[in-house]
Amino acid sequence: MKSNKFKTILILTLVSVLLLSAVGCTKEPENKVLRMSTTTSVNDSGLMAYLQPEFEKDTGYTLEITSAGTGAAIEKARMGDADILLVHSKSAEEEFIGEGFGEERLPFMYNFFVIVGPADDPAGVAGSATAAEAFQKITDTGSLFVSRGDNSGTHNKENAIWKSIELDPTGESWYESVGQGMGQTLTIANEKQAYTLSDKATFLAHEDSLAMHLEETDDMKNTYSTIIVTAARFADSNVAGAQAFVDWIKTDKARNMIAEFGVAEYGEPLFFNMD
Amino acid sequence: MELINSILDLLFGSDPELRQIIVVTLRMSFFSTLFSSLVGIPAGVLMGANDFRGKGFLTRLVNTLLGLPPVVAGLIVLLLLSRSGPLGSFRLLYTVEAMVIAQVLLITPYITAMTANLVGVNAKTINETLAGVGIRGTKRLKYFLLDFRVPFLSIILAGFGRSIAEVGAVQMVGGNVQYKTRVMTTAIMMQTNMGHFNFAIALGLILLIISFLINTIVNRIQKAAADD
Repeated sequence: MKSNKFKTILILTLVSVLLLSAVGCTKEPENKVLRMSTTTSVNDSGLMAYLQPEFEKDTGYTLEITSAGTGAAIEKARMGDADILLVHSKSAEEEFIGEGFGEERLPFMYNFFVIVGPADDPAGVAGSATAAEAFQKITDTGSLFVSRGDNSGTHNKENAIWKSIELDPTGESWYESVGQGMGQTLTIANEKQAYTLSDKATFLAHEDSLAMHLEETDDMKNTYSTIIVTAARFADSNVAGAQAFVDWIKTDKARNMIAEFGVAEYGEPLFFNMD
Repeated sequence: MELINSILDLLFGSDPELRQIIVVTLRMSFFSTLFSSLVGIPAGVLMGANDFRGKGFLTRLVNTLLGLPPVVAGLIVLLLLSRSGPLGSFRLLYTVEAMVIAQVLLITPYITAMTANLVGVNAKTINETLAGVGIRGTKRLKYFLLDFRVPFLSIILAGFGRSIAEVGAVQMVGGNVQYKTRVMTTAIMMQTNMGHFNFAIALGLILLIISFLINTIVNRIQKAAADD
């Protein structure tokens, strides 16, 4: 009698579970989670935290953002752990697409790197026409220069500038490669009173005694692009969600938000929309 | 497969940066262990072999320092050596010297405590024997050092092991500067942060191999000593 009751309950439970899962299976749940892999400089500027709530409200998607240096951020997408990339390293992006992980890069935003250094500017960087010229001056005076050295977007831009004057500073006594993020690199540059290449946002937010000596030259332009990770490589990639972000970031609302970000705090925008 | 290739490449390739990383690591660990032992072993013997007022307090102090987290030691040294700190004029931050200082802070209490414990067990008997042949006071130190030389070697080796594996303090005060203060542990962390997992694992294995080799050498020494 007792065991009969138990058996009945067990069978009823099994049947209900089966019914429920069958019901659940007939509805195709739309993937509402968008995994974005971006870089530390984008994230640390606060832009994503600023845009996120509006994006989620307007599109209904939940944005999951992870950040790392550009190299690691792209690696994450290669491993299938992201649906959309938001990075700023053209060569690395093109490599990613060349390997078949994404269809195209979609530049949408830009800003400028800056060259910062000791307040008295021993290398005479200020007033240079280009960053390349500034780098040449730093080399000629043997002034201390600290590099990110971590395959980040900033590091890649720095390498591009060295390349443009056909110089490889690796191993020089005045060139110190630290393999760390922008904040830490600035701390070390401040300690050693050295020059470094930084994104403006991180520098403005960083407490140090370094001064900004050069900004807004053509060769310090920093372009941000999104790349939708293709479903050809990862079948469950949330392509629809990624497309929703790409579309949203072009809306007037998003463009206005980007254009006014940082103005209140620093008196100038930190990012510019591409036309 | 890629992993094995990475390891073989690193082990048998002639990557000059890897060589430099190993050299800096060994140099740092050698001096950290040396200075920690020079202070820690005599201090430990003094503590273990003697009864004195305040011994209890000193023991508790040493044991507390044992629990000092490496990042806290790093923070202390960072604040002391930074340009805005009291010892800033020496410009020691982000040098191997700074890393050694932080590590000595961490390893000396360890060596002291282990030595004191080791010596303390038989201290009474040894003291009595020595007193019996008229050896007292500071003259005893030599005999304690000789008597315990083999276990002391193990303690020093343990100290070396801690030094070579440490990452928090050396990252903070060393800065992971390429060719200058980049050691195996900070290199592993950096490569991992960059997403180069194979390279990081290969570095880790090399670290283990180095540790193993040193352990083997010391083991041989201990065996030879025991056979005398």
